[in-house]
Amino acid sequence: MTDALAATRSRLCDYALALGDDCLILSHRLSEWTGNAPDFEEDVALSNLALDLLGQARGLLTHAGELEGSGRSEDDLAYWRDDLQFRNLILVEQPKGDFAWTVTRNLLFSTYQELLYQELSQSAEPILAGIAAKGALEASYHCEHAALWTARLGDGTAESHQRMEQALMALWPLTGEMFELAPGQAELVSAGLAVDPSLVLEQWQLRVGEKLQDATLSIPRVPQRRCQGRLGFHSEHLGHLLAEMQHLHRSHPDASW
Amino acid sequence: MRAGELTPEEVVGSVRDPELPALTLADLGVVRSVTVDAVGAVEVVLTPTYSGCPATEVIQVDVLNALMQAGYPQASVRFELFPAWTSDSLSAQGRRVLSELGIAPPVGPGRPAPLTISLKCPQCGSLRTRETSHFGSTACKSLWTCRACGEPFEHFKELR
Repeated sequence: MTDALAATRSRLCDYALALGDDCLILSHRLSEWTGNAPDFEEDVALSNLALDLLGQARGLLTHAGELEGSGRSEDDLAYWRDDLQFRNLILVEQPKGDFAWTVTRNLLFSTYQELLYQELSQSAEPILAGIAAKGALEASYHCEHAALWTARLGDGTAESHQRMEQALMALWPLTGEMFELAPGQAELVSAGLAVDPSLVLEQWQLRVGEKLQDATLSIPRVPQRRCQGRLGFHSEHLGHLLAEMQHLHRSHPDASW
Repeated sequence: MRAGELTPEEVVGSVRDPELPALTLADLGVVRSVTVDAVGAVEVVLTPTYSGCPATEVIQVDVLNALMQAGYPQASVRFELFPAWTSDSLSAQGRRVLSELGIAPPVGPGRPAPLTISLKCPQCGSLRTRETSHFGSTACKSLWTCRACGEPFEHFKELR
């Protein structure tokens, strides 16, 4: 393998890892609602959204392992990395919060994910393109779910409206990171392998803005902050999440069912 | 191959869906291709209904076992995501089976997804039904209740 090819594979590996970690961590947060949702139907719905994201995570992490060439499997990557080695957005690792918080995060993230996947489905890298094409359909379904609840809660009671506003104020600043190109990825973008996320920012703001307007809410007047989850600098919440998610596998490495 | 034996394609197509065993893989429309190479090794290409489908591993094992029992010990199964599966891939037979199972099936390919006002109850046939949740246990299912007979039922949605 030439040095250039090896460098491209290594960058692609980081890229797949970042996208896969977003799915894995948000999937875990959504699964925390299983058995705890406001009603039975939401238990079923949120668990199913979590399962979609887990499926995407499996495809992306398996592919990252192949690109890395070290023989690490999806399970090795999910269970045997520590927080500094995770590349997910700070947004997705935040606690599940109340139901308004979860709905707001799903709206912000799934709109972003749908737009990103639509672009990525045109990638010259066939495996990423396939995962993205499938994932775009699923993300669009997640957007529908989030939009429905955004309208019901935003345009609901004074209490539900206020909770949506609080969630928006807290989560909006964390969205800046979604549209930044991680280091080393400009080469992938120019080779047509990866997507420059800043290209979907305008469309994202437009779509999210429309959904909020329908819900008598509006985009909060707070800046999008720069976060560094993509570089491995996380909030304190990720470590706690990983402790729970990884404990069984680390305590019983060969357990199967 | 002796007369009366099943072709690899028939064997794969008749494997049952672990989640809804009344449906076969052919009914679901998840079999992309079944090819046999010069030395008789069978390669099966399947597509999952959705990314997180927990049944994919079971299906893979079931397909390999079925091929083994039918006299094709050399076989491999691979999953392809593109083009993505949609509910249009369900066969006419699959739609009939769903209906018999008490699951209201999606409309067929080429027909627009209806602006659903009410669905026919698969238990009693009444149109006095209502959707209790659009987001069911998988992306392709929603939850409904019949006001006439009081039974809850699932609808296999149009997913495209």
